[in-house]
Amino acid sequence: MGKVFVKHKDIVVPGELMAEGMDYVPASGTFREGEKIYANILGVAHLDGRVLKVVPVSGAYIPKVGDVVIGQIIDVMMSGWRVDFDSAYSGVLSVKDGTTSFIPRGADLTKYYDIGDYIVCKIINITSQKLVDLTMRGPGLRKIQGGTIIKVNHTKVPRIIGKGGSMINMIKELSGCKVTIGQNGFVWISGEPERELLVITTIRKIEEEALSSGLTERIKEFMEKSIKELESKQE
Amino acid sequence: MKYDITYDKRVDGRKFDELRPIEAKVGVIPNADGSAFFKDGNTWAYAAVYGPRRLYPRSMQNPTEGILRCRYNMMPFSGMGDRVRPGPSRRAKEISMVTEKALAPVLDLNEFPNSVVDVFIELAQTDAGTRCAGINAAALALADAGLKMKDIPAAIAVGKVNNQYVVDLCYPEEAYEGIVVDMPVAMLPRTKDITLLQMDGQFELEDLKKLLEIVKKPIDRIHKIQVEALKNKFKNVKIADEVEE
Repeated sequence: MGKVFVKHKDIVVPGELMAEGMDYVPASGTFREGEKIYANILGVAHLDGRVLKVVPVSGAYIPKVGDVVIGQIIDVMMSGWRVDFDSAYSGVLSVKDGTTSFIPRGADLTKYYDIGDYIVCKIINITSQKLVDLTMRGPGLRKIQGGTIIKVNHTKVPRIIGKGGSMINMIKELSGCKVTIGQNGFVWISGEPERELLVITTIRKIEEEALSSGLTERIKEFMEKSIKELESKQE
Repeated sequence: MKYDITYDKRVDGRKFDELRPIEAKVGVIPNADGSAFFKDGNTWAYAAVYGPRRLYPRSMQNPTEGILRCRYNMMPFSGMGDRVRPGPSRRAKEISMVTEKALAPVLDLNEFPNSVVDVFIELAQTDAGTRCAGINAAALALADAGLKMKDIPAAIAVGKVNNQYVVDLCYPEEAYEGIVVDMPVAMLPRTKDITLLQMDGQFELEDLKKLLEIVKKPIDRIHKIQVEALKNKFKNVKIADEVEE
């Protein structure tokens, strides 16, 4: 019978012994050596029955198929655009997937997206060498106009979205801003300037306190208070 | 200068197997992906990690896995006497290289072809043992950067001053007028695999065997401090039930 050495929600460091025995299963962020299971990344231990995993708390973004990301056009090529999304790898958006409508042969591609434009796109394919294919065909995928873009660590994105979108919906509702989050950690916010600033402060607050419990309530309190202050100043 | 070392008393009054006061802190450089500060007595090392990020020039890219690139540097004011000339010297290049080789075995960069992980090590103040302090800081910074690692390497110098085995030599000891051997060692604390072993001086095979035994205890001690430093970053956080959806 095996033995576990860490508790659920413990912070574990690389090389830390998590469990012993073949009846435990190493999942992401862990590895097995002989009978023992060790953590191989800094993060929060996650015990689910006999499955052990570590949820990372930091690190650079690595593209994943299916992720919706916010990126910037950095180059226009013969038959597509090169898109940077603040990762070690950039993506290619081909003309075929560029828009929902038809783009004729030989068209001036800068008419659709020019260098410096920001787009919300989806990753459809990644090769072993991390060449990334993107698409603009899909709900919510579009070119971004106006607003502000900020960057947060991609590991904090699930917390900004919240369970079933609870956090992000609350932020949108209370501030009246449009907010879009890319899995790569880019957040686009558009609304009245004061409200935009409030959303930025809120997101920075979430980023800082991403690991702690009772976050949604605290953020709600913070936003309601700030909005009240904002409204009394305007009067 | 005259230092009062005899066989039975160290310059700073430490026991022979005693380390200098050690402090470690993680996350000291907010702009970096991972960073750490490691202080061993009067030797202060900062390490910042960036990446994995795109690697240029392209000729350096490795399509099978990401590469690790270290830069060891002593700040101009860090020495005990003259200004240290900025830029990589022959010595700094060598130490950068051995640091890379000391850290690479624990890192798993298979997921990041054609990319680089940059490690910058800056010494703000030096009193011998800089490469060890640098490796200790860099190991912490790499872990802080969320990279996959099998272990956290720890490093310390051991040596022999006038027939006396000592641990963690300071500069006056290294420069002592007598027979001095200085041997920096980096180890993986769990498996006790050696990833760095250099030696300055001359001694017998027996001494080497003995010193490699002696070094294990301080390595474990440093590893403990490193683990503590990483965990301290989250000390005041009450972790939520679901940090991931």
